[in-house]
Amino acid sequence: MSDNQRKAYWKENLRYLYILLAIWFVVSYGFGILLVDQLNEIRIGGAKLGFWFAQQGSIYVFVVLIFVYVYLMNKLDKKYGLEE
Amino acid sequence: MSVLTWTYIIVGLTFALYIGIAIWSRAGSTKEFYVAGGGVSPLANGMATAADWMSAASFISMAGLISFMGYDGGVYLMGWTGGYVLLALLLAPYLRKFGKFTVPDFIGDRYYSNVARSVAVVCAIIVSFTYVAGQMRGVGVVFSRFLEVDINTGVYIGMAIVLFYAVLGGMKGITYTQVAQYCVLIFAYMVPAFFISIAMTGNVIPQLGLLGTVTDGSEMALLDKLDQLHQELGFAAYTNGTKSMTDIFCITMALMAGTAGLPHVIVRFFTVPKVKDARISAGYALLFIAILYTTAPAIAAFARTNLIHTVSNQEYASMPEWFTKWETTKLISYDDKNGDGLIQYVANPQINELTIDQDIMVLANPEIAGLPNWVIALVAAGGLAAALSTAAGLLLVISTAVSRDLIKMQIKPNISEKNELLSARLGAAVAVVIAGYFGIHPPDFVAATVALAFGLAAASFFPAIVLGIFDKRMNREGAITGMVVGITLMLFYMLKFKLGKFGGGGPDDWWFGISPEGFGTIAMIVNLVISLTVSRFTAPPPAEVQAIVEDIRIPRGAGDAIAH
Repeated sequence: MSDNQRKAYWKENLRYLYILLAIWFVVSYGFGILLVDQLNEIRIGGAKLGFWFAQQGSIYVFVVLIFVYVYLMNKLDKKYGLEE
Repeated sequence: MSVLTWTYIIVGLTFALYIGIAIWSRAGSTKEFYVAGGGVSPLANGMATAADWMSAASFISMAGLISFMGYDGGVYLMGWTGGYVLLALLLAPYLRKFGKFTVPDFIGDRYYSNVARSVAVVCAIIVSFTYVAGQMRGVGVVFSRFLEVDINTGVYIGMAIVLFYAVLGGMKGITYTQVAQYCVLIFAYMVPAFFISIAMTGNVIPQLGLLGTVTDGSEMALLDKLDQLHQELGFAAYTNGTKSMTDIFCITMALMAGTAGLPHVIVRFFTVPKVKDARISAGYALLFIAILYTTAPAIAAFARTNLIHTVSNQEYASMPEWFTKWETTKLISYDDKNGDGLIQYVANPQINELTIDQDIMVLANPEIAGLPNWVIALVAAGGLAAALSTAAGLLLVISTAVSRDLIKMQIKPNISEKNELLSARLGAAVAVVIAGYFGIHPPDFVAATVALAFGLAAASFFPAIVLGIFDKRMNREGAITGMVVGITLMLFYMLKFKLGKFGGGGPDDWWFGISPEGFGTIAMIVNLVISLTVSRFTAPPPAEVQAIVEDIRIPRGAGDAIAH
């Protein structure tokens, strides 16, 4: 694997991390904490949305985030011939 | 059959299962002892990680805590799950590629320094011991409540079981026992939850029941009903909470970074064959954890509503059987201050007549919901599985830190494989005895130090590992100064505001209004800033270390964990 390829691989990896971690931050710290009062004006079923994000919603998103990461990285590994 | 008979049968069967697995999977080499030979399937590793991670506190206390904290309880729910995203994205795949056995291994090699390695060993031991003492205590408490034996006898039985399979099987034995323990604990947690969800909301899935309406015919949303009840009794609305936003933010962050930095969790990702497996097994782990963690807030709200309905302004004489039963264990106590024979359960401590321990919410749930005796016995087995699995994982970290990171890497590098394995086993045995001692004579600071363990991990390991992977320029000087300053700052703040040393102080004196539980976030940021600053003013790491960093960023060729 050439130096350029290594750099390109790492750059794409970092890009995925920025995006996924931004979502991670927004659903927990954003929706569940900083914007909780605003979101509590909206309802999901019998719960206030901000409360729901703090106690359930963020956890669902976390699980999905990891599986999306696995999918993206496996694809990236394949693209650079790094899969095992 | 009585509850006691059922408990003996179910707990006995699960213990026989754990011991059987330990004999079948005993370790023959140091590699099997440290990382289960590196051949664990990602799915099994996910289950084992989940059991390793979910302690007696998660199983017994968390739903009750949330029940009393309402919205504020979200710090535990988000903090203890969000850390897995950090673990999966920032640590697990790279540490697996690095391919050694322990966290101090990584710190020592990446920062080309035995000082760094020793700092990491000390941190790992402090973090793990503070944690494990609480687990042994948890085993004793479950035994005493369900099997009607003395708490200390319970601790001895727990010690014997853990000693047997941790010493015999090492990581290999622990991994497969934890898979079984996960199945026991999740089954024990979910069965009562399904029944209670149906009773309260008519929906069998507790996660959906939380969003549902109460079944008393009023068509009111459960959470609205609970808010209303709370306000009538003078409590803050359940869905609003009372902590400041800054504090909630910092506690959540400290718990997340602490989770990702806990050595007994990180080391689990050394046990799978490939980098790819490390990624996916973090996903499985969080999925298995999320099943319990999304059920907990539902149980919390159901139990709270149920409790207020059952006791508030009712006659003491007409309380159901479980009330008097748990009264004898002192988990509920009633003091008829105004002598009217009714139970006043209100926020005002002058008038309030009822004190309730948080643990009752999970432990008494099956009785409150009128479930059959075998379900009650199942909860006992689940609590024990949760406590034992976490204790075993922590003990392994302690024994590995001693046998590998101290003896093999520093004191006696030419030790034979056989002797290293022997010293690992002895280390595990000594660690069990010390943990048992703390379980029987719990120091006052045990409760305080569980939060300390997360703060310490967040303030020390997390920045050092992340920078070690993502900042090639990070050097020995930067990482060591950062870890030492971060951990010292954290220890100082906890000692001052939690244990009253250095002049002590109350919530009004907290820096920036941040509680000791949340201070790990500040200490972590200080660590990051200091590491980065110091590293830029000192020599860059040698070329071969920079090559290691390049190498761990590329997933291919993780191969076996390098033995020696």
